[in-house]
Amino acid sequence: MSENKDFRDELVGYKSPTFEVEVEKGRLRQFCHAIGESASIYNNEVEAKRAGYRSIPVPPTFLFCLEMERDDPYDWFKELSIPLGNILHGEQSFKYHDIVCVGDRIRFSGEVVDAYDKKGGALHFIVHRNFVFFDTGVLAAEFDRTIVVQSRE
Amino acid sequence: MNMIDVEDISIGMSLPMLVLPPISRHTLAVYCGASGDHNPIHVDIDFAKEFGLDDVIAHGMLVMSYLGRMLTSWAPPKMLKSFESRFLKMTHVGDIITVKGKVVNKLLVNNKWVIDLDLEARDQSGEVKLSGNASIVLI
Repeated sequence: MSENKDFRDELVGYKSPTFEVEVEKGRLRQFCHAIGESASIYNNEVEAKRAGYRSIPVPPTFLFCLEMERDDPYDWFKELSIPLGNILHGEQSFKYHDIVCVGDRIRFSGEVVDAYDKKGGALHFIVHRNFVFFDTGVLAAEFDRTIVVQSRE
Repeated sequence: MNMIDVEDISIGMSLPMLVLPPISRHTLAVYCGASGDHNPIHVDIDFAKEFGLDDVIAHGMLVMSYLGRMLTSWAPPKMLKSFESRFLKMTHVGDIITVKGKVVNKLLVNNKWVIDLDLEARDQSGEVKLSGNASIVLI
């Protein structure tokens, strides 16, 4: 990632490997435990159904975690020569079109949609967008992860 | 079950805030396993030092998940339409995070109420770690 233009051209349009996963109850329970989420709709299927969900819904940031279920969640960092220790998470945004619940099979399709420099090239920003589809093909959500790569001069 | 009524929502009102226990190495280790984010910078101090840090740092997504907890304890998750955060400062071991939110807009769009919220997470000294926003649609 040397010159600004090369850096952009190299990254924008890069597609990360498509990935499919089933939303598992146990996996979700572990996540809720880790963040201290004890609300009944996230922990009890009966309560979730009573509240109008087909099963336990996922908390708002959980899709980000499911996307990391791949064999190597950093595969595309390696492919793009982004060193793991030099990156920071700059921004994260989610758009929700429909709620994802336990038992759903979802597919992630990701690509780098933007890349730019700040501070005279000392910081590279890379925006990676994921589209999340149900197995029916319907779009459930999309989310952007902006990572900041610090130049090591 | 949390239900919210448009009559009860006014611009400027605050969401019930959340004060978290201090971030410990254990918090980070448990989140590392449960989130699938195994970046060693969050759990391996040797790795963190190699990259110029004094210690491990918390996952930004852990702090964002606290904002998420506050959001969906106020409005049911199916009402959430968008949610975003900017990670402004690193969160360290020992930090006590408080998350807050307030209503900044209330609009009737296609016969549905859309509520916009400003969100933030600060540490014990008041430093803003995350700044964000969210939109919910009342259904």
